[in-house]
Amino acid sequence: MHLEVFAEGNSFFHSLDPRVKILVFIPFAILCAISKGIIIPLLYFMLSLIFILIAKPNLKVFLNRLAGANFFILFIWIFIPLSYKSNPYISLGFLKLSYKGLEYALSITLKCNAIIFATIALLSTSTIFSLAHAMLHLKFPSKLVTIFFLFYRYITVMHEEYIKIKRAVLARGFKPGTNLHTYRTYAYIVGALLIKSFERSEEIYKAMLARGFKGFFPLFEHFKLKKLDVAFAIFANFIVISIYLLGIYK
Amino acid sequence: MHISEGVLSPPVLITGAALTGVGLVLGLKTLKAEKIPEVAVLSSTFFVASLIHIPIGPSSAHLVLNGLVGLLLGWSAFPAIFLGLLLQALIFQFGGLTTLGVNTFAMAFPPVVLSYILRRFLKKDKYSLTFTVSFLVGFLSIIFSAILIGIALYFTEKSFTPVIITLLGAHFPIAIVEGFITSFIMLYLLKVKPEVVL
Repeated sequence: MHLEVFAEGNSFFHSLDPRVKILVFIPFAILCAISKGIIIPLLYFMLSLIFILIAKPNLKVFLNRLAGANFFILFIWIFIPLSYKSNPYISLGFLKLSYKGLEYALSITLKCNAIIFATIALLSTSTIFSLAHAMLHLKFPSKLVTIFFLFYRYITVMHEEYIKIKRAVLARGFKPGTNLHTYRTYAYIVGALLIKSFERSEEIYKAMLARGFKGFFPLFEHFKLKKLDVAFAIFANFIVISIYLLGIYK
Repeated sequence: MHISEGVLSPPVLITGAALTGVGLVLGLKTLKAEKIPEVAVLSSTFFVASLIHIPIGPSSAHLVLNGLVGLLLGWSAFPAIFLGLLLQALIFQFGGLTTLGVNTFAMAFPPVVLSYILRRFLKKDKYSLTFTVSFLVGFLSIIFSAILIGIALYFTEKSFTPVIITLLGAHFPIAIVEGFITSFIMLYLLKVKPEVVL
C-alpha cells in the first residue's frame, strides 16, 4: 500500500524536526478553527498557502485530497445561503440568498482548507513512524503510541491479505451487487481477515515478549534539534498568534 | 460520517475533545499490556475494511463497522477508532484533526454502550438471536453516530437543519447494510473462531 505520498520529497518541511512541526501545527489548527469572520480565516489561509508552496506536494494527489475534503463544504454552500435566517437578502430571480449565510459558508471554506493545507505541509511531510516517535517526546500516553505503531505497521500486512482473498473470490466469478449474497461474501472476507489478524497478534505478542516487552517501546533513535528548527518554531508561532490577536483587537 | 475542519463551533469542538479524552483514558486504563497487539492488529483490519466499498443500489458506501469494533474491543473501541481517524486525517485528509474529538466520540460511544448492553445475548448455538442482536448493534451504531454528528452540527448552527436531515437520510440504507454485514461477520466468527468474540 502506498500511503505516505506526501512524506516523499526534499523540501524545507521534509527536513524539519517533526516535534517542531507538531508544535507549530497545533496552535495553527486550534486558533484557525476558533477564528471568526472572513479576514482572519483568509490570513490563515494565505499563511497555509505559503506552507504548501514551501512543501511542494505532488499536485495531482494534493488536488484530489482537496476535492474529497471539500465535498461536505459543497453541501454547506448549497444549503446555508438558502436557509440562513437573516437580512439582507441577495435576490437571484426567485432565489433569496442570505448575505450572512454566504459569508458564513465562505468563512468555513477558508478555515477548512487552511487547516488541511497545514496538515499536508506540516504533518504529512513526515512519515507516520517519525510522527509517532515525536508524539512520545511530546508526552502522549505511551500505550496509545505503542498501539499506533503496531496498528500502522500491520495495515499493509492486512491489506495484502485482503488483496489475496479478494483475488481468490474474483477468480471464482464473484460479481458484487445489491443483494444479500454480496453482503454475506464481504462479511466472510472481513471475518477471515479478523481471524487472521487475531492469530497474527498472538504471534506478535509472543515475539515481543521474547524480546523483553514490558508494555511500551523504548526510544532507540533520537531527534536532534537544529538552530533552524527552533528559529522556524518561534517565527511561525509568532505569526500564527499575531493573526489571532489581530482578530481580537480589530 | 466525519465532519471536516473548520465547520464546528469552539464549544462543540471542546465538548467532543473532552468526551473523547474520557473515553480514551477509560479505554487505555482497562487495556492490559498483553492485549495491546490484539487491539492494534484488529484496528489495522478495521482500517483495511473501511477501504472496502460495498454496492448499495446505484451508489456505494465504504464499510464503517463501528458496531463490530464495539462488540470485539469494548472500551478499547475508543483508542481503535481514535487512531483510525487520526491516520485517515494524516494520510488521506478525511475528517480532520481539530474535529478528531467530536468524530471519535460520535463513532465510538454508541457501539461501546450498545455492545455493553447487548453483548451477553451473543451465543454460539442460538443462531437467530445472535443474528438479531448483531444486526441491532451494527444498525443502531450507525444511526446513533449520525444523530450525534447531527447534534454537533445543530449546536454549531441551527440553519444546518436541512444538512442534518440529508445526512440522516443518507445513513439509513448504510445502517441497514452495516447491520446485515455485522450479523454475518458475527456468525462467521462464532462458527470458526469463537475466542475472537468471547
